[in-house]
Amino acid sequence: MLDKSKLNVGDTHSEVVVEDLKRTQIVQYAGASGDYNPLHSDEIFTTKVVGYPSVFAHGMLSMGLTGKMLTNYVGDASLKKFGVRFTNQVWPGDTLTSKATVMSIKEENGETLVDLNIETTNQDDVTVITGTAVALAK
Amino acid sequence: MSKKDMPIEKSHIMMFARSIGDPNPIYHDEDHANDSDVGSIIAPPTFTQASAQFDPDYFLRPKIDGKGWFGSGKEPTGAKKEGSSSSGDGGGAAMGLHAEQHFEYHRPVRPGDILTPKTKPGKTWEKDSKRAGKLKFSESVTEFRDQNGELVVTAIGVGVQTEKPVEN
Repeated sequence: MLDKSKLNVGDTHSEVVVEDLKRTQIVQYAGASGDYNPLHSDEIFTTKVVGYPSVFAHGMLSMGLTGKMLTNYVGDASLKKFGVRFTNQVWPGDTLTSKATVMSIKEENGETLVDLNIETTNQDDVTVITGTAVALAK
Repeated sequence: MSKKDMPIEKSHIMMFARSIGDPNPIYHDEDHANDSDVGSIIAPPTFTQASAQFDPDYFLRPKIDGKGWFGSGKEPTGAKKEGSSSSGDGGGAAMGLHAEQHFEYHRPVRPGDILTPKTKPGKTWEKDSKRAGKLKFSESVTEFRDQNGELVVTAIGVGVQTEKPVEN
């Protein structure tokens, strides 16, 4: 859990959450999540029928990868809220870096809550996810 | 159990954590988890998304009868040109994308929980976009309650139907 005595507004934590994303990992996510939309695994359908340049990751895979950075930072079972917008697609071969920034630290109903801004960018510095989270601190 | 109930199982949590590349032992190592402050294995924050596995009618899973799936087989799409489904051009069903996702956590999800999801529609709105034509957004709010009726996770999803594939 975050330690409020060591925490300051403006603090950041960032991690590379995936390097050179493989199609196989996207398939793994399809199997675990149950979302078998062929846009994520079926190159023929996605390129010939729908017209995208290749299959691409589930938004929820990008959010799951981003969540890994977040839980590594705030600790297990410490999140109160986590929300994102998917601003660009994530493609096979992408390397993603996720960053959390402390926006405010407040006391509420006897709990210390930390507001975080979240951003995940790809290797070209294009933002693929923006979001916010609220985590417990002690 | 209702027909969409999600029984939380540790092997499913382990597979899900692997798929998001998360080696955190709290998601798979019982000895580590039992000795931790958290006290047991828990699920990663986006795990309730896998409740799709337990919806018998989930439209993004090929059905066991093998019919009517729009992904490629002999042809680039298995969707019929005419017929009952909404995907008249074969690609229509694939124009739906995930725009936003928000979770509120009331307590951690643990193996042994049985979560019952209840989904209600939220707001809808439209927007014009240079990259994908007319966008139609729709929100849905899902409450996951446990076997005691207590709220565990609230999930708010926003889907978008695009007029054409998104240009990058």
